[in-house]
Amino acid sequence: MKKVFGKPKCLKDAVFHYCPGCGHSIIHRLVAEVIDELSIQEKVIGVPPAGCAVLAYDYFDIDIGESPHGRGAAVATGLKRALPDRIVFTYQGDGDIAAIGTAETIHAANRGENITVIFVNNGVYGMTGGQMAPTTIIGQITTTTPGGRNEKRDGAPIDLSEMLALTTGTVYIERTAVDTPKNIIRTKKAIKKAFRVQMAGLGFSLVEVLSACPTNLKLSPVQANEWIGSTMTTYFPLKVIKDKVGKLGALPHLE
Amino acid sequence: MAAKSKRGLIKIDAELCKGCYLCESVCPLNLISISERLNQKGYHPAVYIEEDIGIKEHKCKGCALCAIVCPDIAIEVYRE
Repeated sequence: MKKVFGKPKCLKDAVFHYCPGCGHSIIHRLVAEVIDELSIQEKVIGVPPAGCAVLAYDYFDIDIGESPHGRGAAVATGLKRALPDRIVFTYQGDGDIAAIGTAETIHAANRGENITVIFVNNGVYGMTGGQMAPTTIIGQITTTTPGGRNEKRDGAPIDLSEMLALTTGTVYIERTAVDTPKNIIRTKKAIKKAFRVQMAGLGFSLVEVLSACPTNLKLSPVQANEWIGSTMTTYFPLKVIKDKVGKLGALPHLE
Repeated sequence: MAAKSKRGLIKIDAELCKGCYLCESVCPLNLISISERLNQKGYHPAVYIEEDIGIKEHKCKGCALCAIVCPDIAIEVYRE
Protein backbone atom coordinates (compact mmCIF):
# COMPACT_ATOMS: atom_id res chain seq x y z
CA MET A 1 0.00 0.00 0.00
CA LYS A 2 1.35 3.37 -1.06
CA LYS A 3 0.37 6.58 0.65
CA VAL A 4 -1.48 8.72 -1.89
CA PHE A 5 -2.85 11.46 0.32
CA GLY A 6 -1.47 13.09 3.43
CA LYS A 7 -0.46 16.37 4.95
CA PRO A 8 1.43 18.69 2.55
CA LYS A 9 5.10 19.28 3.32
CA CYS A 10 4.82 23.02 3.92
CA LEU A 11 2.10 22.79 6.56
CA LYS A 12 3.40 22.61 10.11
CA ASP A 13 2.37 19.79 12.40
CA ALA A 14 -0.23 21.99 14.12
CA VAL A 15 -3.94 21.40 14.63
CA PHE A 16 -6.17 23.96 12.87
CA HIS A 17 -8.11 26.16 15.27
CA TYR A 18 -10.96 26.60 12.78
CA CYS A 19 -14.51 25.44 13.54
CA PRO A 20 -15.68 22.00 12.29
CA GLY A 21 -16.40 22.15 8.54
CA CYS A 22 -14.70 25.50 7.97
CA GLY A 23 -13.51 26.18 4.42
CA HIS A 24 -10.38 28.02 5.59
CA SER A 25 -8.53 24.85 6.50
CA ILE A 26 -9.33 23.30 3.11
CA ILE A 27 -8.00 26.40 1.34
CA HIS A 28 -4.89 26.42 3.56
CA ARG A 29 -4.25 22.84 2.48
CA LEU A 30 -4.78 23.65 -1.21
CA VAL A 31 -2.36 26.59 -1.07
CA ALA A 32 0.19 24.38 0.70
CA GLU A 33 -0.22 21.61 -1.88
CA VAL A 34 0.30 24.10 -4.72
CA ILE A 35 3.43 25.50 -3.04
CA ASP A 36 4.75 21.94 -2.69
CA GLU A 37 3.97 21.05 -6.30
CA LEU A 38 5.66 24.18 -7.64
CA SER A 39 8.65 23.62 -5.24
CA ILE A 40 8.65 27.25 -4.12
CA GLN A 41 8.59 26.78 -0.35
CA GLU A 42 11.87 28.71 0.07
CA LYS A 43 10.78 31.55 -2.21
CA VAL A 44 7.20 32.24 -1.23
CA ILE A 45 5.96 34.94 1.16
CA GLY A 46 2.40 34.87 2.46
CA VAL A 47 0.43 37.86 3.73
CA PRO A 48 -2.46 36.75 5.97
CA PRO A 49 -5.36 39.08 6.89
CA ALA A 50 -7.07 40.18 10.04
CA GLY A 51 -9.89 37.71 10.49
CA CYS A 52 -10.18 34.02 11.20
CA ALA A 53 -7.06 33.28 9.13
CA VAL A 54 -4.89 35.73 11.08
CA LEU A 55 -3.01 32.83 12.67
CA ALA A 56 -1.95 31.38 9.31
CA TYR A 57 1.70 31.69 10.42
CA ASP A 58 1.00 28.93 12.92
CA TYR A 59 0.18 26.54 10.09
CA PHE A 60 2.29 27.45 7.05
CA ASP A 61 5.97 26.57 7.13
CA ILE A 62 6.83 29.52 4.86
CA ASP A 63 7.79 33.19 5.31
CA ILE A 64 4.84 35.28 6.46
CA GLY A 65 4.43 39.06 6.61
CA GLU A 66 1.40 39.96 8.67
CA SER A 67 -0.65 42.92 7.43
CA PRO A 68 -2.98 45.43 9.13
CA HIS A 69 -6.67 44.84 8.56
CA GLY A 70 -7.43 44.97 4.83
CA ARG A 71 -3.99 46.17 3.76
CA GLY A 72 -2.75 42.83 2.42
CA ALA A 73 -2.39 44.07 -1.14
CA ALA A 74 -0.41 47.13 0.00
CA VAL A 75 1.95 45.03 2.16
CA ALA A 76 2.34 42.51 -0.67
CA THR A 77 3.17 45.37 -3.07
CA GLY A 78 6.00 46.47 -0.80
CA LEU A 79 7.32 42.93 -0.34
CA LYS A 80 7.20 42.19 -4.07
CA ARG A 81 8.90 45.45 -5.05
CA ALA A 82 11.65 45.02 -2.46
CA LEU A 83 12.17 41.32 -3.24
CA PRO A 84 11.08 40.84 -6.86
CA ASP A 85 12.40 37.27 -7.03
CA ARG A 86 9.99 36.11 -4.30
CA ILE A 87 6.47 34.86 -4.92
CA VAL A 88 4.11 36.93 -2.80
CA PHE A 89 0.52 35.98 -2.11
CA THR A 90 -2.11 37.51 0.14
CA TYR A 91 -4.80 35.46 1.84
CA GLN A 92 -7.80 37.63 2.65
CA GLY A 93 -11.38 37.20 3.76
CA ASP A 94 -14.38 39.08 2.43
CA GLY A 95 -14.56 41.53 5.34
CA ASP A 96 -10.86 42.19 4.93
CA ILE A 97 -10.63 42.63 1.16
CA ALA A 98 -14.13 43.90 0.26
CA ALA A 99 -14.83 46.26 3.16
CA ILE A 100 -11.87 47.85 4.91
CA GLY A 101 -9.29 47.01 2.25
CA THR A 102 -11.22 47.92 -0.91
CA ALA A 103 -9.04 50.91 -1.77
CA GLU A 104 -5.72 49.08 -1.37
CA THR A 105 -6.95 46.10 -3.35
CA ILE A 106 -8.39 48.08 -6.26
CA HIS A 107 -5.31 50.27 -6.61
CA ALA A 108 -2.90 47.33 -6.36
CA ALA A 109 -4.92 45.61 -9.09
CA ASN A 110 -5.03 48.76 -11.19
CA ARG A 111 -1.24 49.14 -10.97
CA GLY A 112 -0.97 45.55 -12.11
CA GLU A 113 1.21 44.53 -9.17
CA ASN A 114 2.69 41.12 -9.79
CA ILE A 115 1.06 39.46 -6.77
CA THR A 116 -1.51 36.72 -6.16
CA VAL A 117 -4.59 37.26 -4.01
CA ILE A 118 -6.55 34.39 -2.46
CA PHE A 119 -9.95 35.90 -1.61
CA VAL A 120 -11.99 33.71 0.74
CA ASN A 121 -15.65 34.71 0.49
CA ASN A 122 -17.94 33.23 3.14
CA GLY A 123 -20.53 36.02 3.25
CA VAL A 124 -20.19 36.98 6.93
CA TYR A 125 -17.69 38.46 9.36
CA GLY A 126 -16.66 35.16 10.90
CA MET A 127 -14.22 36.06 13.67
CA THR A 128 -16.21 38.90 15.20
CA GLY A 129 -19.42 36.92 15.54
CA GLY A 130 -21.28 36.71 12.25
CA GLN A 131 -22.15 40.31 11.39
CA MET A 132 -23.26 41.36 7.89
CA ALA A 133 -20.36 41.63 5.45
CA PRO A 134 -20.35 43.48 2.09
CA THR A 135 -20.78 40.10 0.40
CA THR A 136 -23.72 38.91 2.52
CA ILE A 137 -26.46 37.94 0.09
CA ILE A 138 -29.97 39.42 0.00
CA GLY A 139 -32.19 37.87 2.67
CA GLN A 140 -29.32 36.23 4.57
CA ILE A 141 -29.78 36.39 8.34
CA THR A 142 -26.78 37.62 10.31
CA THR A 143 -26.45 39.08 13.81
CA THR A 144 -26.72 42.64 12.43
CA THR A 145 -29.48 41.80 9.92
CA PRO A 146 -31.80 39.62 12.01
CA GLY A 147 -34.61 40.07 9.48
CA GLY A 148 -32.38 39.25 6.53
CA ARG A 149 -30.30 41.60 4.37
CA ASN A 150 -32.55 44.21 2.75
CA GLU A 151 -31.35 45.65 -0.56
CA LYS A 152 -32.93 49.07 0.06
CA ARG A 153 -31.51 49.47 3.54
CA ASP A 154 -28.17 47.60 3.33
CA GLY A 155 -27.33 47.63 -0.38
CA ALA A 156 -26.74 44.65 -2.65
CA PRO A 157 -23.78 42.26 -2.20
CA ILE A 158 -20.56 43.60 -3.71
CA ASP A 159 -19.02 41.57 -6.49
CA LEU A 160 -15.42 42.57 -5.94
CA SER A 161 -13.95 40.14 -8.46
CA GLU A 162 -16.05 41.60 -11.30
CA MET A 163 -15.04 45.09 -10.19
CA LEU A 164 -11.36 44.17 -10.27
CA ALA A 165 -11.78 42.58 -13.69
CA LEU A 166 -12.59 46.05 -15.06
CA THR A 167 -9.14 47.39 -14.14
CA THR A 168 -6.49 47.06 -16.82
CA GLY A 169 -3.76 45.66 -14.57
CA THR A 170 -5.48 42.38 -13.69
CA VAL A 171 -4.52 39.29 -15.67
CA TYR A 172 -6.32 36.31 -14.19
CA ILE A 173 -9.44 36.27 -11.99
CA GLU A 174 -11.49 33.18 -11.27
CA ARG A 175 -14.26 32.38 -8.81
CA THR A 176 -14.44 28.86 -7.41
CA ALA A 177 -15.85 27.17 -4.31
CA VAL A 178 -14.88 24.49 -1.81
CA ASP A 179 -18.30 22.94 -1.31
CA THR A 180 -17.83 19.66 -3.21
CA PRO A 181 -14.78 17.49 -4.03
CA LYS A 182 -15.07 18.55 -7.70
CA ASN A 183 -15.03 22.24 -6.84
CA ILE A 184 -12.14 21.72 -4.39
CA ILE A 185 -10.06 20.17 -7.19
CA ARG A 186 -11.00 23.09 -9.47
CA THR A 187 -10.00 25.55 -6.76
CA LYS A 188 -6.60 23.92 -6.51
CA LYS A 189 -6.12 24.24 -10.27
CA ALA A 190 -7.14 27.90 -10.13
CA ILE A 191 -4.73 28.66 -7.28
CA LYS A 192 -1.95 26.88 -9.15
CA LYS A 193 -2.62 28.90 -12.28
CA ALA A 194 -2.69 32.15 -10.29
CA PHE A 195 0.73 31.35 -8.79
CA ARG A 196 2.11 30.45 -12.23
CA VAL A 197 0.82 33.75 -13.64
CA GLN A 198 2.87 35.53 -11.01
CA MET A 199 5.92 33.32 -11.55
CA ALA A 200 5.78 34.17 -15.26
CA GLY A 201 5.68 37.88 -14.31
CA LEU A 202 2.40 38.58 -16.10
CA GLY A 203 0.67 40.64 -13.37
CA PHE A 204 -2.14 40.64 -10.83
CA SER A 205 -4.00 37.37 -10.28
CA LEU A 206 -6.89 36.67 -7.92
CA VAL A 207 -8.83 33.55 -6.97
CA GLU A 208 -12.12 34.10 -5.15
CA VAL A 209 -13.13 31.02 -3.19
CA LEU A 210 -16.68 30.62 -1.86
CA SER A 211 -16.26 28.90 1.46
CA ALA A 212 -18.65 27.78 4.18
CA CYS A 213 -18.89 29.29 7.66
CA PRO A 214 -21.21 26.75 9.33
CA THR A 215 -20.92 28.40 12.77
CA ASN A 216 -22.23 31.78 11.65
CA LEU A 217 -24.65 30.46 9.06
CA LYS A 218 -26.15 28.42 11.91
CA LEU A 219 -26.12 25.33 9.71
CA SER A 220 -24.39 21.97 9.92
CA PRO A 221 -21.23 21.73 7.76
CA VAL A 222 -23.02 19.52 5.21
CA GLN A 223 -26.02 21.91 5.02
CA ALA A 224 -23.70 24.92 4.79
CA ASN A 225 -21.97 23.40 1.76
CA GLU A 226 -25.36 22.69 0.17
CA TRP A 227 -26.35 26.31 0.85
CA ILE A 228 -23.28 27.50 -1.07
CA GLY A 229 -24.18 25.37 -4.07
CA SER A 230 -27.88 26.26 -4.08
CA THR A 231 -28.08 29.88 -2.86
CA MET A 232 -24.73 31.66 -2.72
CA THR A 233 -23.75 30.72 -6.27
CA THR A 234 -26.87 32.45 -7.64
CA TYR A 235 -25.31 35.76 -6.52
CA PHE A 236 -21.70 34.69 -7.09
CA PRO A 237 -21.66 32.33 -10.10
CA LEU A 238 -18.58 30.13 -10.39
CA LYS A 239 -16.63 31.03 -13.51
CA VAL A 240 -13.41 32.38 -14.97
CA ILE A 241 -14.06 36.12 -14.75
CA LYS A 242 -10.98 37.33 -16.59
CA ASP A 243 -8.17 35.46 -18.31
CA LYS A 244 -5.65 37.47 -20.30
CA VAL A 245 -2.96 34.79 -19.99
CA GLY A 246 -3.33 33.60 -23.57
CA LYS A 247 -2.96 37.13 -24.99
CA LEU A 248 0.16 37.84 -22.93
CA GLY A 249 1.94 34.63 -23.93
CA ALA A 250 1.47 31.10 -22.66
CA LEU A 251 2.72 30.00 -19.26
CA PRO A 252 6.03 28.13 -19.34
CA HIS A 253 5.81 24.37 -19.09
CA LEU A 254 6.33 22.81 -15.71
CA GLU A 255 9.27 20.47 -15.32
CA MET B 1 -13.08 -11.16 -17.04
CA ALA B 2 -13.23 -9.20 -13.90
CA ALA B 3 -11.36 -5.95 -14.24
CA LYS B 4 -8.56 -5.64 -11.79
CA SER B 5 -10.00 -3.40 -9.17
CA LYS B 6 -7.70 -1.36 -7.03
CA ARG B 7 -7.94 -1.70 -3.30
CA GLY B 8 -7.32 1.09 -0.92
CA LEU B 9 -7.63 2.01 2.66
CA ILE B 10 -7.94 5.12 4.75
CA LYS B 11 -6.67 5.99 8.19
CA ILE B 12 -8.59 8.53 10.23
CA ASP B 13 -6.82 10.31 13.07
CA ALA B 14 -9.61 10.45 15.65
CA GLU B 15 -7.86 13.16 17.66
CA LEU B 16 -7.64 15.52 14.65
CA CYS B 17 -11.24 14.93 13.59
CA LYS B 18 -13.80 17.56 14.55
CA GLY B 19 -16.87 15.52 13.61
CA CYS B 20 -18.06 17.71 10.73
CA TYR B 21 -19.55 14.69 8.85
CA LEU B 22 -18.32 15.96 5.45
CA CYS B 23 -16.36 12.75 4.74
CA GLU B 24 -19.39 10.65 5.65
CA SER B 25 -21.52 12.65 3.18
CA VAL B 26 -19.18 12.12 0.18
CA CYS B 27 -18.07 8.47 0.55
CA PRO B 28 -19.56 6.69 -2.48
CA LEU B 29 -19.51 3.32 -0.68
CA ASN B 30 -20.70 4.59 2.71
CA LEU B 31 -17.67 3.20 4.49
CA ILE B 32 -17.42 6.02 7.00
CA SER B 33 -19.60 6.42 10.05
CA ILE B 34 -19.55 8.55 13.15
CA SER B 35 -18.23 7.06 16.36
CA GLU B 36 -20.27 6.99 19.54
CA ARG B 37 -17.25 7.73 21.70
CA LEU B 38 -15.86 11.22 22.16
CA ASN B 39 -12.31 12.26 21.34
CA GLN B 40 -10.20 14.49 23.60
CA LYS B 41 -11.59 17.66 22.05
CA GLY B 42 -15.15 16.51 22.77
CA TYR B 43 -16.22 15.70 19.21
CA HIS B 44 -17.65 12.44 17.91
CA PRO B 45 -14.95 11.46 15.38
CA ALA B 46 -15.50 9.74 12.05
CA VAL B 47 -14.46 6.08 11.84
CA TYR B 48 -13.57 3.88 8.89
CA ILE B 49 -16.05 1.02 9.21
CA GLU B 50 -13.93 -1.77 7.69
CA GLU B 51 -11.00 -1.14 9.99
CA ASP B 52 -13.28 -0.67 12.96
CA ILE B 53 -14.88 -4.11 12.68
CA GLY B 54 -11.76 -5.80 11.31
CA ILE B 55 -12.74 -6.69 7.72
CA LYS B 56 -9.66 -7.89 5.83
CA GLU B 57 -11.14 -7.68 2.28
CA HIS B 58 -11.42 -3.93 1.96
CA LYS B 59 -14.14 -2.51 -0.27
CA CYS B 60 -12.48 0.90 -0.15
CA LYS B 61 -10.91 1.87 -3.48
CA GLY B 62 -8.84 4.72 -2.13
CA CYS B 63 -10.62 7.35 -4.21
CA ALA B 64 -9.62 9.97 -1.62
CA LEU B 65 -12.87 11.95 -1.86
CA CYS B 66 -13.12 11.88 1.94
CA ALA B 67 -9.58 13.19 2.31
CA ILE B 68 -10.18 15.94 -0.25
CA VAL B 69 -13.16 17.34 1.67
CA CYS B 70 -11.66 16.81 5.13
CA PRO B 71 -10.91 20.28 6.51
CA ASP B 72 -8.57 19.02 9.20
CA ILE B 73 -6.36 16.67 7.14
CA ALA B 74 -7.34 13.91 9.55
CA ILE B 75 -7.53 11.30 6.75
CA GLU B 76 -4.60 9.58 5.09
CA VAL B 77 -5.28 7.50 1.99
CA TYR B 78 -3.32 4.43 0.89
CA ARG B 79 -3.69 2.62 -2.42
CA GLU B 80 -2.19 -0.53 -3.89
